[in-house]
Amino acid sequence: MRHTARNITTTVLSLATLLGALLLTPFQASAAGATAVEKGKAVAVNRKKGNCLACHAMEDGTLPGNIGPPLVAMKARYPDKAKLRAQIWDATAPNPNSIMPPFGRHRLLSEEEIDQITEYVYTL
Amino acid sequence: MKELLTATLVLGLLSVFTMPAQASPEEDLAKLRAFYKNRFPNTQFSDFKNGVYSIDADLRSQWEDIEEFPPYELNLEKGKTLFETPFANGKTYASCFPDDGIGIAQLYPFFDSNSGKVITLEAAINQCRAANSEKALKWKSGPIADLSGYMHYTSRGKTINVIIPDDPRAQKIYEQGKAIFFAKRGQMNASCADCHINYAGNKVRANLLGMAIGQTTHWPSYRSKWGGMGTLHRRYTGCNKQVRFKPYKAQGPEYTALEYFHTYISNGLEGNAPGNRM
Repeated sequence: MRHTARNITTTVLSLATLLGALLLTPFQASAAGATAVEKGKAVAVNRKKGNCLACHAMEDGTLPGNIGPPLVAMKARYPDKAKLRAQIWDATAPNPNSIMPPFGRHRLLSEEEIDQITEYVYTL
Repeated sequence: MKELLTATLVLGLLSVFTMPAQASPEEDLAKLRAFYKNRFPNTQFSDFKNGVYSIDADLRSQWEDIEEFPPYELNLEKGKTLFETPFANGKTYASCFPDDGIGIAQLYPFFDSNSGKVITLEAAINQCRAANSEKALKWKSGPIADLSGYMHYTSRGKTINVIIPDDPRAQKIYEQGKAIFFAKRGQMNASCADCHINYAGNKVRANLLGMAIGQTTHWPSYRSKWGGMGTLHRRYTGCNKQVRFKPYKAQGPEYTALEYFHTYISNGLEGNAPGNRM
């Protein structure tokens, strides 16, 4: 899925270069979107950052923990992407007993990193 | 996919274990034992002293292999030598303890009604040194871990029997330890209970989370991660760092209270320290 997106982006960028600066600006947004997903994955698997695999099975991650639910069908589970972001930002807001670290509230991740991780997780 | 979603639902429904502040130690103990019995129906109560090895056959066989030639053997020898070597005044540790310090570790920590404080075995070792004009040992590793390890070794097979007497000062320390155990802390916002009660038997990455009962039974322990022996308070320090909480002082009032609660809930299990752990 992401590979397809990347290919499209590459094509779009090549076209944009050909078409010149005038058309480049609108296409930059899609290029930045693809990068956010990749950055988000890097943050997600980094043990010092999101460390999502400590608790969640996720894509091709090896030896995932099983404290939290596997990260699958995220679009079905979170039709509203903002709710997914809010859950990552502070899972203890809806459930004070949640063992999930409040990544935003306790500043384990920056707001930008939470944006990126949300973009990535939303592709799962 | 269907299985994954079912797992998701089951985890979502997982109820959180609570212990009301006003419950008595006896009520807490009964509730915890019932909880673990329900969670691990195939584990005999007496086997909980072996921690995660009581719930995972593969890990158990690896652990038993290592126990054939345990890495703490050298520490036991060192501990025995230290224990038997006289202080400058000619006395030994035996003079400070009931039964000359042999086979008594299962009674620690205990509430001392004279001072109104809870005394851990390591605290008693340093009290003994002070009484004999010797310098205090460092709390977390080295000679104190070897000494404590040896003293616990002489208590192997004896049943943990921590007493919370009917004294408001003792009850208060027990309550403090219980509160520390259940309080979320650190940047990771995790409590001891989160991992070792609510999610005991689950995995954090490849690490199996152990049960709160049967944890103190095997301390002090030799950890391959440390390449040596350490005391229970050294382990508490590591746990707290893992959740990014600034650790309390070893043998300070907080960890002593925690040890009082944490050891009490292993009452009825045999001590098997020193342990060897990853």
